[in-house]
Amino acid sequence: MPNITIDGQNLQVAEGITILQAAQKAGIKIPTLCYHPDQDIKANCRICVVEVNNGRLLVPACAGTVAEGMVINTNNARVRKARKNILELILAHHPQDCLKCSRSGNCELQAITQEMNFNEELPYELAVRNNGIKDLSSVSIVRDPAKCIDCQRCVYACSQYQTVNALAQCGRSFESYVAPPFGVDIADSPCINCGQCVQACPVGALTVKDDTDEVWDAIESKKLVVAQTAPAVRITLAEALGEDPGVVSTGRLVTAMKRIGFDMVFDTDFTADLTILEEGNELLQRVTNGGVLPMITSCSPGWIRFCETFYPDQLDHLSTCKSPQQMFGALFKTYYANKIGANPADMFSVSIMPCTAKKFECKRPEMCSNPGIPDVDVVLTVQELARMIKEAGLDFKNLPESEYDLPFGLGSGAGEIFGATGGVMEAALRTVYEVVMGKPLPSLDFEVCRGFEGVKEASVDLNGLVVKVAVAHGLANARKVMDAVRAGTADYHFIEIMACPGGCIGGGGNPIKNWAKMEKRKEAVYKTDKESTLRKSHENTIVDALYKDFLVKPLGEKSHHLLHTHYTPRVFK
Amino acid sequence: MKKSMQEMRVVLRNAGKIDPVKVEDYVAQGGYKGLQKALSLSQDQIIDIIKNSGLRGRGGAGFPTGMKWSFTKGVSADQKYIVCNADEGEPGTSKDLQIMKFDPNSLFEGMAIAGFAVGATYGYIYLRYEYPSLFPLLEEALKNARAKGYLGKNIMGSSFDFDIEIRSGAGAYVCGEETALIESIEGKRGEPRYKPPYPGVAGLWGKPTVVNNVETLVNVPQILVNGAEWFKGIGTAACAGTKIFTLCGNVAKPGVYEFPFGVNLKTIIEEVGGGVANGKGLLAVQTGGSSGTIIRADQIDMAMDIDNCAKFGASLGSGSVLVIDDSNCIVDLVNNLMEFFVHESCGKCTPCREGNQRLLEFNKKFVDGVGTQKDIDQMLSLSDTMMQAALCGLGQASPTPVVTAIKNFKDKYCKHAEGGKC
Repeated sequence: MPNITIDGQNLQVAEGITILQAAQKAGIKIPTLCYHPDQDIKANCRICVVEVNNGRLLVPACAGTVAEGMVINTNNARVRKARKNILELILAHHPQDCLKCSRSGNCELQAITQEMNFNEELPYELAVRNNGIKDLSSVSIVRDPAKCIDCQRCVYACSQYQTVNALAQCGRSFESYVAPPFGVDIADSPCINCGQCVQACPVGALTVKDDTDEVWDAIESKKLVVAQTAPAVRITLAEALGEDPGVVSTGRLVTAMKRIGFDMVFDTDFTADLTILEEGNELLQRVTNGGVLPMITSCSPGWIRFCETFYPDQLDHLSTCKSPQQMFGALFKTYYANKIGANPADMFSVSIMPCTAKKFECKRPEMCSNPGIPDVDVVLTVQELARMIKEAGLDFKNLPESEYDLPFGLGSGAGEIFGATGGVMEAALRTVYEVVMGKPLPSLDFEVCRGFEGVKEASVDLNGLVVKVAVAHGLANARKVMDAVRAGTADYHFIEIMACPGGCIGGGGNPIKNWAKMEKRKEAVYKTDKESTLRKSHENTIVDALYKDFLVKPLGEKSHHLLHTHYTPRVFK
Repeated sequence: MKKSMQEMRVVLRNAGKIDPVKVEDYVAQGGYKGLQKALSLSQDQIIDIIKNSGLRGRGGAGFPTGMKWSFTKGVSADQKYIVCNADEGEPGTSKDLQIMKFDPNSLFEGMAIAGFAVGATYGYIYLRYEYPSLFPLLEEALKNARAKGYLGKNIMGSSFDFDIEIRSGAGAYVCGEETALIESIEGKRGEPRYKPPYPGVAGLWGKPTVVNNVETLVNVPQILVNGAEWFKGIGTAACAGTKIFTLCGNVAKPGVYEFPFGVNLKTIIEEVGGGVANGKGLLAVQTGGSSGTIIRADQIDMAMDIDNCAKFGASLGSGSVLVIDDSNCIVDLVNNLMEFFVHESCGKCTPCREGNQRLLEFNKKFVDGVGTQKDIDQMLSLSDTMMQAALCGLGQASPTPVVTAIKNFKDKYCKHAEGGKC
């Protein structure tokens, strides 16, 4: 345990910790930009430099580690001068238009500029990175190179967490910028739309494409505007509006959307339950009839695009089930339209999602149950809905609660846990167990499926048939599992894969996250399930009624047309 | 009357005397005797000899070579590497080119000894892209050395295996920085890594790696053959051995010359180089490469070793001596240098990526005759931050010409500030 002196305070700290961590322990905040608590140390922005043992070089606090007898100054004249000079260099290569930046108030550069009490004229002429030409090619993500500060956090998220490598540092020196390599637009890159780069960006260089105007227009129009809200939305919306992580706001969410002007607000938990019935039966069918195993979940559109791009030879493993969002969309504009006597062309279907890849998914050509009419018209992320709530002037914190509309307002706890990694697997196991065994599960909580370990494995004994399952979240983990699947060494029956680290509660459309916040969100997901009276998908009476009334049976002909889909290998030049 | 300067050729001892690709020629001159000696010693004994010899790195930083090796030797790993930094990108430096062109086997031998001393069985020569003629020459020389058992399996009948592979640079100056060089060998963008860990502990492919300059390694066989005391007897107390200087610019007889450390800069320029070319006057000298110091004509009476240079506010660096005659303008020269650094910064860290461009912009104001005292203050303040806070040596050293030019040629900057030219 080294003894150190930091800004005159003597303290004993743990071996091997960084100066930044030691400073935190001493109650000292050092400004950072390229540092991210969930990422490797990059030490490139240099804003966190401190003086160590009066050495010739200043040391980045994020990277330097403590040693016995170390004397650290985080705030003397020398350090302040260096930091100010570095801040000036960054600010002079960044637009000064905070007023109309979507990250204003939530921007790390803005925050440290304030904290460093910087209020002078810049000594340099303002420069614009990469000509300031925005990349608007993606349906999910907007890249504004002018705002980029070259911190590389997005590059790290894309390469290390997701192994997609759609972003890289390009060019050199003053002209360097982060973009898809080789001069292509995001839409033409291997980007799988997951939005983890947006989550990593400290400024407004990478943001979610804003589709709120389209929804405001639809609300003003004569169309019937129906909405669905994904399991994770009720977990992270309040956080997006300034409340603590993990505050569940289901009832207020419905009220807010009604006040904004959505005609009907439904619950995607409902089609999550429906997915379990379709997917669970698909699994049993594959196991019984010698189908392709392992079967892999298909709820996560980022994962689907990843599989189509990087494992195009493995698409047979994907469940043919559409995602809950698209099942919902298909039912809206067929079954529900028919039931209320509406023309699908006069219906406007909006999903509220934690996910940026859903914006891509709803535009897939196969996602039109009526020719030329998309089942889901617009996907809004949690961040965008939060913006609409603010625009509408709603005091979200003090809104009363409302119930979801019927019929698609009933979802089980099993549907709700779709929001966290392992949730789909746990929900499926609850149902598959009871269907196969014909008796209730002794305990509904499959703890082995829960938590943020990269790849989780479990096996369940079903009357002698040992079903082996695996759960992976984040595409670097998915890649490990998929390499085993490709090599034929993955002897699982069923695999759940979610593109985003932590599952949907870690999706790119949520408020900016870190693992500490993710823990709170995860707790909220399982608490919501625990408190539900309905916790098994196959006990959802409205799903049951839907089969009786319309679908007939899982994997039946109507399901085949409306609830199942196919995949396309994607080849990059 | 002063005696005319004599070169002392230790590193370049075989230059012009042998066919560089013929290992027999090298052996006939006593080649591979150092390796033979090394193979009869323990690893620690070799490292002690190198430590005692006082050999310091010739790439510019002057780190004690024996100490560097001892770090790598002290780490246990299933694989270690010797990397030769032959990315001689420092403008005005041509020493490694000469060594490799005339005597490649001396480099191979030095690498093999280093390999044996630290427990590495594989070496890479990271060769400057702009030396195309060296690629076939080195390949041929490697082939011949392997054929005679000086590289490969069971070298010289011992149980020691060592082989060498050549990797091409891609033209980036920053890849002369050891960790950027390693990234480049790994096939990544040439960008420096944060240190620690140092390459000696975790370098190429994460394995303990000794990175040494060509000139450093070529000294090693001679030290093994002649002993540490012999080597220490050459040069100065702090800097043993010889140093190869590249004399260039407006000098009558430019070229590559090898002298013991401690040789006087003034002597090199006037006696060896024949003074300023075309009968012009001496304005300035830049020592140590593009990121080296710019000094006045009245400051060149100085013994050239690493520490003495530093004491005089100069740098020895790679041993480049750029002679600048009085038809040049210092402010222009600095502009040219800063354009170079703006081009060569990799862009990874803020101070270097943004700072070099800003220094160039400020300097340009003086070129254009519109600079002010406030601009000079800002240039010095920014330089100060870059030198302390940049991630690697490139950004830490690139402000040196700015700072030294302002310090040593303040009058020129003042003239420019007043709208005039010097």
